[in-house]
Amino acid sequence: MPNIEFQGKQIEVDDDGYLINLADWVPELATWMSGQDGMTLTEAHWEVINFLRDYYQKYQIAPMIKILVKEIAKSLGPEKGNTKYLYELYPAGPAKQACRYAGLPKPTGCV
Amino acid sequence: MAKEMKPNEIIGSIDYNPPKTDWMSTPVQIKPGMFCWGAKAKSINTVGFPNARDWNPGEEDWKLPENWQGTVLEGIADRLKKYRSFRLFMDICVRCGACADKCHFYIGSGDPKNMPVLRAELMRSVYRRYFTTPGKMLGKLAGARDLDINVLKEWWYYFFQCTECRRCSVFCPYGIDTAEITIMGRELMNLLGLNIEWTMGPVAACYMKGNHLGLEPHTITSNIEFMLDDIETITGIKVNPSFNRKGAEILFVTPSGDLFADPGTYTCMGYLMLFHELGLDYTWSTYASEGGNFGFFTSNEMAKRLNSKIYAEAKRLGVKYIIGGECGHMWRVLNQYMDTWNGPADFLEVPKSPITGTVFENTKSTKMVHIVEFTADLIKNGKLKLDPSRNDHLKVTFHDSCNTARGMGFFEEPRFVAKAVCNNFYEMPEDTIREKTFCCGSGSGLNAGEDMDLRMRGGLPRANAVKFVRDKYGVNMLANICAIDRAALTTSMNYWVPGVGVTGVHELVANALVMKGEKPRTTDLRGEPLPNAGGESDV
Repeated sequence: MPNIEFQGKQIEVDDDGYLINLADWVPELATWMSGQDGMTLTEAHWEVINFLRDYYQKYQIAPMIKILVKEIAKSLGPEKGNTKYLYELYPAGPAKQACRYAGLPKPTGCV
Repeated sequence: MAKEMKPNEIIGSIDYNPPKTDWMSTPVQIKPGMFCWGAKAKSINTVGFPNARDWNPGEEDWKLPENWQGTVLEGIADRLKKYRSFRLFMDICVRCGACADKCHFYIGSGDPKNMPVLRAELMRSVYRRYFTTPGKMLGKLAGARDLDINVLKEWWYYFFQCTECRRCSVFCPYGIDTAEITIMGRELMNLLGLNIEWTMGPVAACYMKGNHLGLEPHTITSNIEFMLDDIETITGIKVNPSFNRKGAEILFVTPSGDLFADPGTYTCMGYLMLFHELGLDYTWSTYASEGGNFGFFTSNEMAKRLNSKIYAEAKRLGVKYIIGGECGHMWRVLNQYMDTWNGPADFLEVPKSPITGTVFENTKSTKMVHIVEFTADLIKNGKLKLDPSRNDHLKVTFHDSCNTARGMGFFEEPRFVAKAVCNNFYEMPEDTIREKTFCCGSGSGLNAGEDMDLRMRGGLPRANAVKFVRDKYGVNMLANICAIDRAALTTSMNYWVPGVGVTGVHELVANALVMKGEKPRTTDLRGEPLPNAGGESDV
């Protein structure tokens, strides 16, 4: 299993760079990961990441995109409650990129 | 990770000229973008398969067990005894080449080892060397070769470049089922821990939690409740399904993708709306919460283990029979294996529609009826009030899923339903549909992210046929009855044929379904405005 070195610690990730252990996550890690992709996280990005983490704690999986969209509409306003906006925030896809920054595993199966 | 290729780069890279060297002397190259990540120790351990460890197929050392050759040869011997079809398929190919250009991966890659005949020859050559007299004595002269590490790697690479779609077998004059050869190949590699994570992850999740995605019971109910809110917004109707309800007449089982990922979630809303409108006495299960069976992509034994929970749950709940949702390989497993693996389900009754009284005689052995067949019967008997004009913004074509088409001969019912609920329906060219349908390119557990080059190449023939009807008729929606299709074709259409969406058949049904007491609809299930929205009743 590959590791990434962060703040002097070895952190285990899978082949696509998703954390193996949710407990390894700290907010600075999300900032660092996004920096590796040439991105700067804004408050809007953090809205998504924080929601993903809260949701995962409760349901043990990332939310359906529909649920994420509705949640973002609630917190950032209805004009931002759409997948287009989420893709603007996370060009590689909210399900993939945002989940990785949030320390969540990627869903597998018929998805 | 492989550099993402643009569509014209893929087309430009396809070269049908074979390499100059003989196939046996052309060593396998494991190319990034063409393979899936190796299964993780954690997933393999969960189901107790051998040689659990983390490994990377891109690296030289695959961390194989001691005496792996012996394990494989013993595995072949066992299977030759157990499966007469396997021995037959090893022996009878005359290499006529009828299958050669029928494989979507060959068409999309030009790699001769993706010709079904040569893909099978990768294994036949080893079979000859160890299990036939001419092969033992004459070696290469008799088309035989030793099983060494390069041969094993070649097996792995190409048996995970086959989606077990069986299109090639339609054209084989002997009826050789190349999918069964791939299935055997994967079983043998399973003995060495050479699985891929995209199948083992879901298998492990299904084994522990009841479904591939690992959705826990409260996640399933919460996702469905979310869909119910959307249904209420669109129709004004409050739908109240039940979960794990003992004494229900019918158990409903569908692939978990429908409970999680768009556009499958719209298909799922379709089931919910239809069942509500019928007043069907049915229940969902949060235990038997997966219709699909990724176990089928690892070994027969694993598939049987995962499949067993469907009957177990039907028995526990005391239902009369089971309805199954829109899924592809789920139906190959149900139709061809379930009864002999985990039956007879003599505690169930032969499915009989409570609405029309039709007895589904063809499901006598499994007691499990396909939802599209159930719905087709409702429509045929005039039991649904439908307004197909609500789908007038769509020009629809139908993609036959490999497994429902070639695995159970299910051609007419989905078309009958789609045409009843849509006014604009166009067929793709004849050689690309029904029993000759082209695979989505990502079936049999290959719909991962890291093998996108492979998936888009394999998806090219299907996409090409869709492009034909898009350009000719303006088709903008590709209907299907499979959860892998809904996920895989969405990606493939975005890549090859932008502007064509992907839908399950029951999403189309629910758009057209006129429900008792509904408010005038202004949008379809996706929230897109209806063509006649805002006008008087459009019934």
